[in-house]
Amino acid sequence: MLEIKGVSFTKEDTEILKGVDLTVPDGKLFVLTGPNGGGKTTIAKMIAGIEKPDTGSIILDGEDLVPLDPTERAKKGVSFAFQHPVRFKGFTVRDLLDIAAGRTLSDEELTALLLEVGLSFEQYAGRAVDSHLSGGEIKRIEIASVLVRDSKLMVFDEPEAGIDLWSFNSLIRVFEGIRDRRSATLIIISHQERLLSIADELVLINGGKVAFHGPAERMLPFIMKNDCINCPVDEKGDLIGPDR
Amino acid sequence: MDRIDSKTAGLLRTVADFDPEKFMGAFNIRSNCMSIGRRSTENIKIETKTDAPGLDINIAPGTKGEEVFIPACVTKAGVDDLVYNDFFVGEGADVTVIAGCGIHTETGEPARHSGVHRFFLEKGARVLYVEKHVGTGNEAAKKVIDPQTECYLHEDAYLEMDTSQLGGVSSSVRHTSARLAARAVLVIRERLLTDGNDRAETYFTVTLDGEDSGVNLMSRSVARGDSYQAYQSEIIGNCRCSGHSECDAILSENGRVDASPKLSANSQDAALIHEAAIGKIAGEQIMKLRTLGLTEEEAEAAIIDGFLK
Ligand SMILES: Nc1ncnc2c1ncn2[C@@H]1O[C@H](COP(=O)(O)OP(=O)(O)OP(=O)(O)O)[C@@H](O)[C@H]1O
Ligand SMILES: [Mg+2]
Repeated sequence: MLEIKGVSFTKEDTEILKGVDLTVPDGKLFVLTGPNGGGKTTIAKMIAGIEKPDTGSIILDGEDLVPLDPTERAKKGVSFAFQHPVRFKGFTVRDLLDIAAGRTLSDEELTALLLEVGLSFEQYAGRAVDSHLSGGEIKRIEIASVLVRDSKLMVFDEPEAGIDLWSFNSLIRVFEGIRDRRSATLIIISHQERLLSIADELVLINGGKVAFHGPAERMLPFIMKNDCINCPVDEKGDLIGPDR
Repeated sequence: MDRIDSKTAGLLRTVADFDPEKFMGAFNIRSNCMSIGRRSTENIKIETKTDAPGLDINIAPGTKGEEVFIPACVTKAGVDDLVYNDFFVGEGADVTVIAGCGIHTETGEPARHSGVHRFFLEKGARVLYVEKHVGTGNEAAKKVIDPQTECYLHEDAYLEMDTSQLGGVSSSVRHTSARLAARAVLVIRERLLTDGNDRAETYFTVTLDGEDSGVNLMSRSVARGDSYQAYQSEIIGNCRCSGHSECDAILSENGRVDASPKLSANSQDAALIHEAAIGKIAGEQIMKLRTLGLTEEEAEAAIIDGFLK
């Protein structure tokens, strides 16, 4: 179980997270959505250890991750697919995925992995992960670098971005498969209705906090009906969810 | 062939992956200023120069798929070796030349090897030239390698040079110049790692004289410790031609790099490009690898390894 408790974060005098509370039970698929700049990526970075909160705790299976660095968190089973993937001069797709797996993948394993993100082994295994890859290609390799780790907690930041329809369909099936097997806890940050629709729970992040969250079947129609400007707000200006 | 001592044999394996017992082609092994083994083949004749130390390597026109090994080793301190090797590559030949130089010293005395190589590629000849430089043994001893290479490419000739110097050489000054006729192509790939107080200087001058000739220079280097590197390239385009040079350097610790590319276009149709990037390893690259379970040190090593591969 992942418990985010009272996480606040200020950078360059801007309060980016203002007390985020969220509990994600084991084996669930949570989708975080909400307007640009709401703080979704920052929450993901807090989980992966790329940024550290000023206050609050991030507890995975009873252990607070906050004192741990990104390497230690990775070893505890946390994986994070970046919103903006990093490119490396001199690494091939195979090199990067071997590093991600922590061992040398066989051709068969690599073929199966690349297929999950809609890439062919023949065309891509030997390609350099540098500026010559297109945005959608590097994004799919980024996703594969997390899938191959088989960690207990996987965070994907906008996996749909730049990905063509066919690869996206295959990716949805991969996420559904993980969800159905309950083999890992998934947190997906997304603006895509199809990804929102496969979630167990939807979490709306706005203004650096959880505006509201709930089961996808109740949340989805509500989110689709209201945009953030016309969404009902309470006396403090906070968004009002479907339950209030 | 004279018996090869174990230090020389080890260096030969490192610099040229060369085992004289198994290799069937043409070779010459130079050790401490002397030729200690040589073989010519029907198509590749290796002869001692009469006017200077070194070799004339004659590759017959049309020779296909053969390899020539010409490694050099210095295993004694105090040696200052100077050698002139000329390669005459006949029309339409397609061969691989594997050179390389290893210096191993056990005392603190300096040792040096300077190789002056000239390549004459006739019409349509193709050569892949692979060269590795290493220094081993006593770290305090100055190990100097100063290669000078001149290349003359006739019409449609193709020369690809893969050079690497990945540690242990305290000082090197490399001069490479080339002159290209019509449709000739030169590709140079340089890999360089300096550490400690090493210095490495690289100077390229490429003159594109023939229509549709082209050059691609790619240098990747890492400067660690207190080491220093200088990179200078000049591409001169005298006609319709294309030239590209790329200098990519990673700085670590107190490493320093000077890069000064020069492009001279003497014709409207010369298309010349230079790219240079110098900087430390991007923080986000280290971070990405840490989220994959690598420590900061492991991440840095993996990035440098990949970069110099
Ligand atoms: N390093 C930083 N310095 C200053 N402000 C930052 C920094 N990183 C993020 N922010 C700000 O924090 C807010 C939240 O950013 P974050 O990237 O978490 O948003 P997001 O919800 O992921 O948005 P999007 O949907 O556009 O990806 C934004 O207003 C952003 O400009
Ligand atoms: Mg974001």
